[in-house]
Amino acid sequence: MSIDQATVARIAALARIRLTDAQREAAAVELSRILDWVAQLDEVDTSAVEPLRSVMPISPTLREDIVSDGGRPEDVLRNAPQRSGDYFVVPKVVE
Amino acid sequence: MGWIVEGSTGRWEIVVGLEVHAQVISRAKLFSGASTEFGAAPNHQVSPVDAGMPGMLPVLNRYCVEQAVRTGLGLEAQINTYSVFERKNYFYPDLPTGYQISQYQHPIVGKGRVLIDLPDGRTRAIGITRLHLEQDAGKSLHDQHDAATLIDLNRCGVALMEIVSEPDIRAPEEAVLYLRKLRSILRYLGTCDGNMEEGSLRCDANVSVRREGSDALGTRCEIKNVNSMRFVAKAIEYEARRQVELLEAGGRVEQETRLFDAVRGETRSMRNKEEAHDYRYFPDPDLLPLVLDEALIERLRAELPELPDAKRQRFEREYGLSVYDAGVLVAEQATADYFEAATRGRDAKQTANWVINELFGMLGKAGLPLESSPVTPAQLGSLIDLVNAGTISGRIAKDVFAIMFETGDDPGSIVEARGLRQVTDMSAIEPIVDRLIAENPGQVETVRKNPKVAGWFTGQVMKATGGKANPQLVNELVARKLGL
Amino acid sequence: MTSELTRLTLSGALERLSRRELSAVELTAAHLDAMAAARELNAFITETPDCALAMAEASDARRARGEVGPLDGIPLAVKDLFCTSDVLTTAGSRILDGFRPPYESTVTARLWQAGAVCLGKTNLDEFAMGSSNMTSAFGPVRNPWTRPGENEALVPGGSSGGSAAAVAARLCLGATGTDTGGSIRQPAAFTGTVGLKPTYGRCSRWGIVAFASSLDQAGPMARTVRDCALLLEVIAGYDPKDSTSADLPVPRFSAAVGRSLAGLRIGVPREYRVDGMPDEIERLWQAGAAWLRDAGCELVEISLPHTRYALPTYYIIAPAEASSNLARYDGMRYGLRVQGDSLTDTYMATRGEGFGAEVKRRVLIGTYVLSAGYYDAYYLKAQRVRRRIADDFTQGFEHCDAILTPTAPSAAFRAGEKMDDPVAMYLNDVFTVPVNLAGLPAISVPAGLSDDGLPLGLQVIGRPWDEETVFAVAAALESAAAFDHLPYGLEA
Repeated sequence: MSIDQATVARIAALARIRLTDAQREAAAVELSRILDWVAQLDEVDTSAVEPLRSVMPISPTLREDIVSDGGRPEDVLRNAPQRSGDYFVVPKVVE
Repeated sequence: MGWIVEGSTGRWEIVVGLEVHAQVISRAKLFSGASTEFGAAPNHQVSPVDAGMPGMLPVLNRYCVEQAVRTGLGLEAQINTYSVFERKNYFYPDLPTGYQISQYQHPIVGKGRVLIDLPDGRTRAIGITRLHLEQDAGKSLHDQHDAATLIDLNRCGVALMEIVSEPDIRAPEEAVLYLRKLRSILRYLGTCDGNMEEGSLRCDANVSVRREGSDALGTRCEIKNVNSMRFVAKAIEYEARRQVELLEAGGRVEQETRLFDAVRGETRSMRNKEEAHDYRYFPDPDLLPLVLDEALIERLRAELPELPDAKRQRFEREYGLSVYDAGVLVAEQATADYFEAATRGRDAKQTANWVINELFGMLGKAGLPLESSPVTPAQLGSLIDLVNAGTISGRIAKDVFAIMFETGDDPGSIVEARGLRQVTDMSAIEPIVDRLIAENPGQVETVRKNPKVAGWFTGQVMKATGGKANPQLVNELVARKLGL
Repeated sequence: MTSELTRLTLSGALERLSRRELSAVELTAAHLDAMAAARELNAFITETPDCALAMAEASDARRARGEVGPLDGIPLAVKDLFCTSDVLTTAGSRILDGFRPPYESTVTARLWQAGAVCLGKTNLDEFAMGSSNMTSAFGPVRNPWTRPGENEALVPGGSSGGSAAAVAARLCLGATGTDTGGSIRQPAAFTGTVGLKPTYGRCSRWGIVAFASSLDQAGPMARTVRDCALLLEVIAGYDPKDSTSADLPVPRFSAAVGRSLAGLRIGVPREYRVDGMPDEIERLWQAGAAWLRDAGCELVEISLPHTRYALPTYYIIAPAEASSNLARYDGMRYGLRVQGDSLTDTYMATRGEGFGAEVKRRVLIGTYVLSAGYYDAYYLKAQRVRRRIADDFTQGFEHCDAILTPTAPSAAFRAGEKMDDPVAMYLNDVFTVPVNLAGLPAISVPAGLSDDGLPLGLQVIGRPWDEETVFAVAAALESAAAFDHLPYGLEA
């Protein structure tokens, strides 16, 4: 499996990660190597195997419908890179 | 209920399916303990889980699961005892984790149906494809600031049910009927308040067209933002005509997402905003598969209220109401309950008329919901009793009802306090009739020639008594005096 | 410079504290001094001396009142992947720049509730992605061990390299780690310390920066098996805030230490004899088997046929989960924001500059294997193979009660080595990764020195929820190995 630079660019855009030209070139080589290496899984016959969904048979915890959180806007906002009053401020989303 | 677009090259029919997002009624959010209450100050109902902070984990709200099951049962749908929450990955500032937790390959509810009531009295089934649980995103405010967008995460994480219909809808008006019925069922179940203004119920429409009689499916467009009953029909109609014009001009319908502009009454492409979406769904490893107990499903089934279709049939059968009256009364559980309380031991048709014509009219004028009605079902019942006992006339009853609505007083005390009791004492009415005959010889002549207009005298008597005379008795008296 | 107090084990310190021969403040001060003297190791990202002394004082006050928790007065270090209330939490990344959580992770909260003292936050591979501690945005950690007579820096292993180095260098009596593919056990082996990964679901993941949710598990690191057992007794347990946390009672793990092994069957998996495994590792493994035989165990060869597929399986599943888990680091609500010309530009710049090379590599791989058209071929395939790997262990445990393997295929390597070859780096985890895929408990115990004079570890793998057998076997290995070597420079 060989990954070209265009594919790297598409994946990087999907993951919202800026890469320099050099990083993109290197990533194409590295990712191709890794994908070649993982391709050995094709040797395993898994035709009758269900994908694993939870490793331990734990019955999931459910929460009761009780308000137990919120009402702490400072906790939510105090790490914000930019805020205005009790709002987060982010770059303009173009409609 | 066919609906046809007459094109220049022939007739076209439409194929429509609706995707409805219904906000689940619950105190806390789907995966966090923050409140769902509407209208709080920005970011005051946000848990670190909702804000996507590092290391925070979702824990599923048991009640929201039950609400989804209830809804599924109300839609006569398959309840899936095994369902899986998956992550739908995309970046947006009001989606703090970078993924929406939703259900994809294994929804909690499968196929079901909604019966819509057509104007001619028939019903039609619209299939439900699936219902799944997912979390809502936050709110982006774009117009508060020139160079920035403000984010409020209060709504983020609130439980939604996405209810997807089959492409069974064939007319814009059917879409409205479907939405109304769905909303009614949800409100009966208490699983969604159906408030479209507050965004508790949102609707997207998948619209395509095909030549009349064809079985093929055309390319569909998804119309976003048709968030009022009024706009649903308008948006579908506009979109259908747009597609027909495009096809007839030799063009092709592109599968795309379009936004309904309510101000201009048109849909427009959102293509420019849509980069190649690739949501990379995969099972959320923070949440184990949800396995439902059959016993839970049976308990919820046993607890289901009587739903609108069953109630309407019962109203027709038990109360002898018309399809129309029954339909109006069962649209809201509160109306149906009001009617049933008011009509106990009384004539159902008469009670239905009072509720549908008088009560609804007054509530509408006052802009009040039924829950805030100043007239209780017992009071309305007493009023009907007064009419039927001949204590007041039907005309006076309407005045009394208006006073009841204004003051909240009992009809009995209003009638007594204002002296509105119907006059049935002949000795009080007879002199008035005699006087009118004496004073109006011309009218007497006219009536003798044409007895059908004797009502003029009755009207004058009613006027003279302030409406309190019993019109039946007056009629008889007038007839006797004039020798009719 | 280390005082006699920092040479104590955790259990030893608890005894002296309870006999009032020592105060928590003295013990804490000695460790703070040791930390200050060992800064060249770069084991800590954040030291919290004021907080530590205040906690120690409070501990002494509690002891005076007779209200003593199970770890009262014990100075510990916390891997900087655990969120600590109001204390900078970095995950070894630039992207969390300045982040002070408004909450405390369940595991650390339990430690402080038990009376332990927080010395600071230890360095780690960025987002726990690494086996060398070279990927931290705060610089590499230096292994306190060097080859005899050399001064060349060696890696402490990763990703819990800072915790391992701090424990080995006697900067703390114990530490927390997290283990996604070997991140506790491999650094424990590289630094001559003990580290345990519990059964998946034994410790709450709430408040731990997520790497790969279906694999991540917190665990203890210390200098003895008993110390690890004491720590696990405190940090384990059901947490309703983590849906994957198991609602099971927490055994007294320390009671298993020293338990007789008579009649226990120990499995030796044939497939772990990998190509090119150094002789010294093979010899150590055989020595371990012999010690257990001497302790009354029966040694049985078992087969785990899908072992060789564990690493490629892991390197699909872990990056896939990570690519989604790390989407929240977007510069909008906390941490670094690199302002761009537009929203998308800001995302791209923030994540481009905020993430290091290894994190980017794994996020890209993870994004790729989940993307349209590749999901079935990679992610679903890997989840199917994962089931086969887990089934291998289930079948293996029909023939044995615990499994003995080496922890890592080599001793600590030079800083900078293997950096240009991700696959070679990933091979470090060949013996540890299958355990995470199957969710099992496993421990690494120091068992001897390599030909180069560096510590080597043996791994004991247990059945689900059977940490007690793991501790019992590990204690026997520990006692037979009598590993009393100290990092060079600390011996005096």
